[in-house]
Amino acid sequence: MYRSTVLVCGGTGCTSSGSIQVMDNLKEEIKKHGLAEEVEVVQTGCHGLCALGPIVIVYPDATYYANVQPEDAAEIVAEHLLKGRPVERLIYREEEKKELKTLNDTAFYKKQMRIALRNCGVIDPEKIEEYIGRGGYQALGKVLTEMTPEEVIQTILDSGLRGRGGAGFPTGLKWRFCAVNKVDPEYKYVCCNADEGDPGAFMDRSVLEGDPHALLEAMAIAGYAIGSAHGFVYVRAEYPLAVKRLEIAIAQAEEYGLLGKNIFGTDFSFDIKLRLGAGAFVCGEETALMTSIEGKRGEPRPRPPFPANKGLFQRPTILNNVETYANVTQIILKGADWFKSIGTETSKGTKVFALGGKITNTGLVEVPMGTTLREIVEEIGGGVPNGKKFKAAQTGGPSGGCIPMSEIDVPIDYENLLAIGSMMGSGGMIIMDEDNCMVDIAKFFMEFCVDESCGKCTPCRIGTKRMLEILNKITDGKGTLEDIQKLEELGNYIKDNALCGLGQTAPNPVLSTLHYFRDEYIAHVTEKKCIAGVCKALLSYVIDPDKCKGCTLCARQCPAKAITGTVKQPHVIDQEKCIKCGACMDACKFKAIYKK
Amino acid sequence: MMTLDELKKIREKMQNEVNIRQEAGDRIRVLVGMATCGIASGARPVLRTLADGVQNKNLTDKIVVSQTGCIGLCQYEPIVEVIKPGEPKVTYVHMNPEKAEEVLTRHLIGGHVVRDYTLESSNLK
Repeated sequence: MYRSTVLVCGGTGCTSSGSIQVMDNLKEEIKKHGLAEEVEVVQTGCHGLCALGPIVIVYPDATYYANVQPEDAAEIVAEHLLKGRPVERLIYREEEKKELKTLNDTAFYKKQMRIALRNCGVIDPEKIEEYIGRGGYQALGKVLTEMTPEEVIQTILDSGLRGRGGAGFPTGLKWRFCAVNKVDPEYKYVCCNADEGDPGAFMDRSVLEGDPHALLEAMAIAGYAIGSAHGFVYVRAEYPLAVKRLEIAIAQAEEYGLLGKNIFGTDFSFDIKLRLGAGAFVCGEETALMTSIEGKRGEPRPRPPFPANKGLFQRPTILNNVETYANVTQIILKGADWFKSIGTETSKGTKVFALGGKITNTGLVEVPMGTTLREIVEEIGGGVPNGKKFKAAQTGGPSGGCIPMSEIDVPIDYENLLAIGSMMGSGGMIIMDEDNCMVDIAKFFMEFCVDESCGKCTPCRIGTKRMLEILNKITDGKGTLEDIQKLEELGNYIKDNALCGLGQTAPNPVLSTLHYFRDEYIAHVTEKKCIAGVCKALLSYVIDPDKCKGCTLCARQCPAKAITGTVKQPHVIDQEKCIKCGACMDACKFKAIYKK
Repeated sequence: MMTLDELKKIREKMQNEVNIRQEAGDRIRVLVGMATCGIASGARPVLRTLADGVQNKNLTDKIVVSQTGCIGLCQYEPIVEVIKPGEPKVTYVHMNPEKAEEVLTRHLIGGHVVRDYTLESSNLK
């Protein structure tokens, strides 16, 4: 039996910063010190604080090590695991306060509430026994032996759980619409949307990688509730680790009889199959996703008929997002009232956000609905780094909008985000500071939508392209005030007329930045100026002759040979030749070069 | 095919392993001094006895056994400290696996401090 457990993060973030090597070294050192029988090393899913990876946590002390390098393994084992002296230099501290922190004491974790991520970073996702040890498959046992399908649906409905994919449709209602179609369970389907495509969003991946059984169990519960015998998980092939762990999880669940025929000796049978998507953004849209599972080109189709009546293979189907499912088992075990007690009037429970961009603690956070953006950015996220000022937060990816400083104290829930021109979306949250140009951000998302438009309907295929052209014109300094108006008009037109969610929401980033940062657009057009200094056509690099010492460093760095001058004399940039790469500014030791 | 009983059995067995992975909270904390002095005088078997005992008796949701460094009383090692929330700390000295077993049964489970082994009883000068 083990007296101590060392958790090593095996999420995609930490893996790419070398956590596997750290884990191997730890295991080897533990063996060397004869501790293999006493200390267990477990590879877990994501802990959330991806910016500080590789992360290693030692229990029972709950010591949180950050940025652990493979060569640190020997010290951790010899000092901490053998002698009980935590390696202080590796312990995560929050900068402003220098004292040592345990996990739940840090600002990053203190305000979080982990329901969907409760097992992420705690269990070994490749061992079904550990999931069971944390209460796994209890909820499935409970529904199959103690509850009727209608009771399950009513519980989910009462809990107030809404779709975490972004639109926020009540999950219980979706299940009920499908359940009323009384057909053979063989011809009814439970689907999971794991086609996470928003730039910057990775919460679904983390659940799949860190707690795959939570998804499988919830899908089986959904199968029982709506009367279906088959489930499909549509996951992108670009998530190899998630796919691998799902495959392992399905095989283990089948081996234990937790998926398959007559689960727990009841009449209920349910199996789950994986379908890999090739990464088209539109396949995250529900009708396109089902078309893709059918083996056809992933294109959306008009609704109605809704999937609850005619979905996959024209049969009644439910489709929920990974994070939605990740809440289901806890609702069954702890009850609808417990879940309902968390969150706001209209949005219950928690939401996972993938924090990225100009923020100190890049990573995954799960907070109760109703938490303000300020709490997420300033407390949990650790604020904007390098002393810069917060400008806006982009939520909802290419379908969402920007939340400016003036709305930072709005409690985040589905309705409030819509009211301020953004949306929940899948939970990507990109923080921007004063160095971000809002026109450029809008352009980035518009480029994404142009690339990802499937081309089936005209408003999206042609409309987004035209919008991008106008944006390019503006950032090139050739825009007019009329263009801004046209942009708005076109955006609203696409919103009303596109066939599916992709097109209907594609103009959002533009419309919301136009709403809150119109002055920036106008500055681009009338003054030909990019305040943030991002749009290359509108800025020039200039050398301040008073500060320039004539060290020639910039001239040597310039790839375009645009800088001239003699030694110890102020240099000059030839604006005709300058390609605005910024290499000179980075090279200058005297801060003599500035953007204008 | 798995029955609910079998699921329960796996859960109980695994619970002890995964229960280690949380902060002590309001559980009883048992700290074993595992610095060089502690190890030299035999702290490791003591730690193992306590850690295994707690897991074998399915007490991981009530008691957490952890190691600590040198507390400065090297001549009294192996030292075991028991910290119950809201109660004064009890320090056991000159421990061995047999004494540890006794502390587990009488103090941690039974709730009675084993006075014979405490620091107070050892005439600390």
